[in-house]
Amino acid sequence: MENAEHAHGAGSKKLFLAVWIALLVITGIEVVLSYQYLALKVMLGLLMTLSIVKAALIISYFMHLRYERRSLVLTLMPALIFVIAMMFVVFPDSIRLYLMRPR
Amino acid sequence: MASHEAVSIPGATESVWSGGASPYAVVPKKLGMWLFILSDAITFAALIVAYSYVRVASENWPRPFALWPSIVNATVMTVVLLTSSVTMVMAVRAAKLEMRKAAAGWMVATLSGGILFDILHVREWLGLIDEGVRLFKNPWGAPMFGASFFALTGLHMLHVTIGVVYLAVVAACIARGKLTSDDVEVSGLYWHFVDLVWMFLFPLIYLMSAKTA
Repeated sequence: MENAEHAHGAGSKKLFLAVWIALLVITGIEVVLSYQYLALKVMLGLLMTLSIVKAALIISYFMHLRYERRSLVLTLMPALIFVIAMMFVVFPDSIRLYLMRPR
Repeated sequence: MASHEAVSIPGATESVWSGGASPYAVVPKKLGMWLFILSDAITFAALIVAYSYVRVASENWPRPFALWPSIVNATVMTVVLLTSSVTMVMAVRAAKLEMRKAAAGWMVATLSGGILFDILHVREWLGLIDEGVRLFKNPWGAPMFGASFFALTGLHMLHVTIGVVYLAVVAACIARGKLTSDDVEVSGLYWHFVDLVWMFLFPLIYLMSAKTA
């Protein structure tokens, strides 16, 4: 019953189309951005920020997580973000490798 | 059907002590799919971090993707995948309204998008192989380019292909009156996840390696 309500209210066709258009527009911005002459770090930062926005739109609306119980969101998302953040511990080492390369 | 509702609605008919509580208020298979997605996201993250590690540590990382055909091709693939996600939410919507034929139709549209994505991607692969890219060697620079490119896009392509088969099975069952709207929704979660992963692979692999003049 609860789900049927969502199909009418929260998940209306109009909303899905709006999210779809937003995702397409952000994709377009990303492509144009990659042809601007920006520093690599700035470019990476901007592209990743836009990608996280896209991921958030997909998770919230297409995957419906915005309308699930808070307890489900709190079980899934902090764990995922924590594990991915912990992987970043390898990056100082890759920079060290680059700097140690004989030239 | 009845047992489904007993599980999905919080404060169900069963006593809390015999499993009647549903702290997440989702059916078990939906929680299962979410947990699978979490672990799969970590798998992809590990590969993306490995790719970034090798790229940061290497000199002369190749930037071989010209606007035409590679970047245009990858952009079209992104649009195809995003559009297939919209047809998937329409399938879930139709299934919730018990319009089984419509749900199956939307799912066929979704998996067609997946097939088109695969065809465009295989064409891209063949083009790169033709230019001399191998797992540990390429004509341009850092030798690990091929390994990281083929591993990341290959794992994603495998997910798309598995998704196409998964959606085809669920669509066939839904059209025949088997399975429920929950199964459509769970298969949709998987499909959106495959779409979501591409939202990171597209900028990291293609846009960050676009050939600029």
